[in-house]
Amino acid sequence: MVQSLNRLRESPSQTAGPYVHIGLTPNFCGIAGVFEKDLGTEMVNDKTKGERITVRARVLDGTGTPLKDALIEIWQADAAGLYNSPTEIRGAADPNFTGWGRMPTDMVSGECLFETIKPGRVPYKPGLLMAPHITFWIVARGINLGLQTRMYFADEEQANAEDPVLARIEHRSRVPTLIASRQDDVYVFDIHLQGDNETVFFDV
Amino acid sequence: MSIDPKPNRQPEIGAFFQRDRSWHPPAYTPGYKTSVLRSPQKALLSLDTTISEITGPVFGHGMLGELDNDLIHNFAQPGESAIGERIIVYGRVLDERGKGVPGALLEFWQANAGGRYRHKKEGYIAALDPNFGGCGRTITGEDGSYAFRTIKPGPYPWPNGVNDWRPAHIHFSVFGHGFAQRLITQMYFEGDPLIWLCPIVRTIPDRAAVETLIAALDMQSTIPMDARAYKFDIVLRGRRSSVFENRLEGN
Ligand SMILES: [Fe+2]
Repeated sequence: MVQSLNRLRESPSQTAGPYVHIGLTPNFCGIAGVFEKDLGTEMVNDKTKGERITVRARVLDGTGTPLKDALIEIWQADAAGLYNSPTEIRGAADPNFTGWGRMPTDMVSGECLFETIKPGRVPYKPGLLMAPHITFWIVARGINLGLQTRMYFADEEQANAEDPVLARIEHRSRVPTLIASRQDDVYVFDIHLQGDNETVFFDV
Repeated sequence: MSIDPKPNRQPEIGAFFQRDRSWHPPAYTPGYKTSVLRSPQKALLSLDTTISEITGPVFGHGMLGELDNDLIHNFAQPGESAIGERIIVYGRVLDERGKGVPGALLEFWQANAGGRYRHKKEGYIAALDPNFGGCGRTITGEDGSYAFRTIKPGPYPWPNGVNDWRPAHIHFSVFGHGFAQRLITQMYFEGDPLIWLCPIVRTIPDRAAVETLIAALDMQSTIPMDARAYKFDIVLRGRRSSVFENRLEGN
């Protein structure tokens, strides 16, 4: 025998199911009066620094049909590349930017819109920067463990080319699955759960 | 997100332990039909957590309303309460090192005592309870502890097989300190025979893992003539001590 490491095991995940809205966005699904407003709907205010953008996201199943019952959370740095988090020890982030958003996909169109700002670059290791990106977490009925991925920006070609995480993707043809195209001030990000264009999901 | 005075403790900034994906359900579980077209099929990109996943938002106790952790009353008309078996669910949020996780946001949702959800896409014939909404939330204390009051949800049938029933369960969403810890799971009740028949429970490969999702009836914490108690601990990913790692320093 040797000493015990005294570790616990992470609670196993279970699907968020079809009624995830009741718990996470009750006002969205018509349960009014319990919580004042749904968390994560307002990332910015009129004092937030940085370039205002809209992210339009969809999640598509193996037939190409958008999920109408998914829930997406995003997490990103502020315009200066700082996270609004107690774990951020490099400096104080913009107090007028939460960095965290939560939206259900629309029950008809399957789209969801995040009103946010373009994030700055953050370091990977000391002296090595990542390209601007937004971290995505996706749950829904039929998804047994929340999916993690990232959205990068099509108009950051130089930064994307030197991004150390994108560089880890073996099949280069899959890199574009993480890059949102720009249409005016809207970045369009389609997340494909399966198929030829399956998004690169992260084990991170 | 409101700002609470921060307790006087240094934040931990180490990377998170690798997730043991054999302990979680795999993405593709044909017994649970909806997973078939919603499961990624290509290999995941594995990497050590970066600052983008080590960090996460903070939720202050100040955002909580008085009835947020009381599902018996938070949707009920004044003077009324939800129908069903009154229970208290309590426990701790810990990490894999056994440390309590303070300040974790817990959000929970459930069906009413008859197994009916308050949701426009819900089609089960069981009656709605006009005094039950089905959602609540709380934030863990300094030792990771939490508690809330509710009614025991009923089991319900769902379209998967011809005659599949969900065991009584409460859905939990857990927000720890880092975005990498983000977790959604479900709590089941000790002694429910439907647990072992459920295709969603059975997406978890290991029986021992399922058992960690079954809350224990705790008669010692039960309030006589009022509410039974169930204990449910939740474990989030642990993190490395960063003493010997290259740190991302500020200016
Ligand atoms: Fe459920």
